[in-house]
Amino acid sequence: MADDKRLEGVDPSSISRRDLLRTAGAAGAAALLPRSVAAAETAEAARPVAAAASASGIGTAPAPSGPLMNLTARETEILSAMVDRLIPSDELGPGALDAGAIRFIDRALSEAESDSVGAYRSGLAALDRYSRYSRGAPFVELSETDQDSVLIDLQTGGATGAGAGFVGSSGSFFNMVKSHTWQGTFGDPHYGGNVDFIGWDLLGYPGVRMGVSEDEQARLEADELTPVRRSAYDYATFRR
Amino acid sequence: MATQLRGADVVIVGMGAAGGVAAYPLAEAGLDVVGLEAGTWLDRRDFAPDEIRNNYRDWPMLIDKAEQERPTSRATSATTANRVGSHPMMNAVGGTTLHYWAQSWRLNPWDFRVVTETARRYGGSRIPTGSTVEDWPLTYDELEPYYERVEREIGVSGQAGNVRGEINASGNKFEGARSAEFPMPPLRWTAFNERMAEAARSQGWHPFPGPAAINTERYQDRRGCAYHGFCNKGGCPVDAKNATHLTTIPKAVDTGNLRVVTQAHVTTVEVDSEGRVTGVNYLTGGTEYFQPAKVVLLASYTYENVRLLLLSKSQTYPEGLANNGGQVGRHYLSHHQGAGVSALFPYDLDAWYGLPAQGVAVDDWADDNFDHADQDFIGGGNLWAMSDRRPISAAGMSTFGHGRNWGSTWKRFIRDNSDRSHYFYIQKTTLPYEDNYLDLDPTVTDPLGFPVIRITGRYRDNELAIAAFIQDKAEQWYRAAGATEIVRGGLGNSMGASTHAYGGTRMGDDAQSNVVDRWGFSHEAPNLGVLGASVMGTSGARNPTLTAQALAWRTAQHLVESWSDISE
Repeated sequence: MADDKRLEGVDPSSISRRDLLRTAGAAGAAALLPRSVAAAETAEAARPVAAAASASGIGTAPAPSGPLMNLTARETEILSAMVDRLIPSDELGPGALDAGAIRFIDRALSEAESDSVGAYRSGLAALDRYSRYSRGAPFVELSETDQDSVLIDLQTGGATGAGAGFVGSSGSFFNMVKSHTWQGTFGDPHYGGNVDFIGWDLLGYPGVRMGVSEDEQARLEADELTPVRRSAYDYATFRR
Repeated sequence: MATQLRGADVVIVGMGAAGGVAAYPLAEAGLDVVGLEAGTWLDRRDFAPDEIRNNYRDWPMLIDKAEQERPTSRATSATTANRVGSHPMMNAVGGTTLHYWAQSWRLNPWDFRVVTETARRYGGSRIPTGSTVEDWPLTYDELEPYYERVEREIGVSGQAGNVRGEINASGNKFEGARSAEFPMPPLRWTAFNERMAEAARSQGWHPFPGPAAINTERYQDRRGCAYHGFCNKGGCPVDAKNATHLTTIPKAVDTGNLRVVTQAHVTTVEVDSEGRVTGVNYLTGGTEYFQPAKVVLLASYTYENVRLLLLSKSQTYPEGLANNGGQVGRHYLSHHQGAGVSALFPYDLDAWYGLPAQGVAVDDWADDNFDHADQDFIGGGNLWAMSDRRPISAAGMSTFGHGRNWGSTWKRFIRDNSDRSHYFYIQKTTLPYEDNYLDLDPTVTDPLGFPVIRITGRYRDNELAIAAFIQDKAEQWYRAAGATEIVRGGLGNSMGASTHAYGGTRMGDDAQSNVVDRWGFSHEAPNLGVLGASVMGTSGARNPTLTAQALAWRTAQHLVESWSDISE
């Protein structure tokens, strides 16, 4: 069963610098959240792991901050390198990895996007094959410039040829990862992304509110509205 | 075999926009009504302002009947049909009114008389070749009392432009005469909306606030809009959006004469040897029930209304119920709302908290509101400058040719411009054509094994000419408001699945070219009625829901007044 693979032990030395950065970012964000929210997040994150583990007959589940549930360490490394080029951490500020986009994607693959696990697995393998074939090295070892040029090939559907072997087109794989990265960077933090409201701060989005009076709209128009830093689910009684 | 239930006077299939309205006058008149709904009751606790859930995960999918019945689509009968990506409707009590944009327009009088008015003003040859368009069997004035009633019952806000012939320049001077003002004032405007209105006036146009089934003040014990955003495919967490699960359905339930049955998956309509309908079969879980009724009203979405008829084959109706004339599925159209125009402004629009029903409309280029003598098309488009922005979609904005849409350069672009773009989707007159239609897909089925609907349709020269014409007007408006960059979408090709899907059970006096009569009852099975936009023969340049609801009320009232004729 394909599920077994994702539960393999992960060699800690294979976790990239970027992974560590991302993990630190997530921990930092949890510290900033109200306790009830952090607890709910943890419970929410742990549930699918336990379910997956029990379904496959394996009793131990990785901790929410540990290895991913749906992708191997190698796949995680390639995905992290790709996501880091899509929304980089740069002089303008933190990027998608800092926002927790990888953790978001992994959780989504256990829940609403579970149909896409195979597409990730085959797409990441094809990306790596295409990098070796067209640029002479695995994707994670390419320079940022070469990584970008490979991703442009993917996006435009140009990553074809004997070495690639994308299921469907390279463009559809690229667009899937891009869409999920955007959701994990600019979506509600409830789903594990947009850590520290990194995405919303980049856009200048002043946050989820339950009402905006005429006066508040006027303050927004005068650039005087203070951003709210809350998940929709921090408000009262919404069902999740 | 199916469990036979106690008979009802009327069974309504679908408790959404149309069925949810029709139930009220029926129940109020004392008829015993059963409302079958595939979904469940949802309430405001289900409506978190959450873009991922609303716009990317197609909430709430507890009941995914519609999703399992996604149609297939192709441009012409010579091409292969592919399954559409998602179904435009949802299942719940209240149906898609739970998360629709709630724009509640009346059609203009011209939309009811396209053939006659075109012939009168420009000559009959101006009706596009291949179009099967007919005048409606009723005029705007005949529907007006029902528009007014529904606006009052569900609660619609707006600014009237014509009350009993008296023109008010703050509203739409092109609209048909209203018998009353709106029950509530319009949604407020943002500074950007005001700016767009001023820009429209500078061009000699007539901007006005659009109508919405959204409370702008306390109405029927529910509060006014909170303007918090996430209204685009989002339910309302403060119950200000007037979905039928909050308006006419509870009123009908309160009479004691409407019983709403949830998670009822209707499969077929039964008929007797005389060709009259006798009730409907439905599944709940794995159990099959037969609900007998003296009258059946189909009130599911256009695709499902047509599908239920085509699936209900019998000796009397071998090609599907009410289809001996071969008209079920014909005269189909998806509203042409594409061919959009995007603009980039050199200033912030402060649109983070708007809603898509809040905005500035321009009707100067819609319908026959301008002279078409020198044009190569009939009809037109309604321009709509709404206020709607959400973070993920804002980050996905067009880069207006400023490089690729990811990476560090893009990141700087999005930081500076995420609140500076605007998009016009443009609703345009769309006509029915001989070879645009719905039928059953020959190979694709739902999990029960029943074929899904296949859409065959593409836009024609008339629609494409409107699109090109209206894009010029859109750009003119944007430039007048200071936009520095403009991007235009393609003019349109295949129709695909739409939230504005019309026809398939068209209403008309001629039984040779229509499925239902002027009251919404089948020309063939006299105690079968059809509700929803599937009875509409033209689209106009505006949202269909209010018209479908006014027609539903009218069909229901006619049934009450003609009960013995229709039911026996």
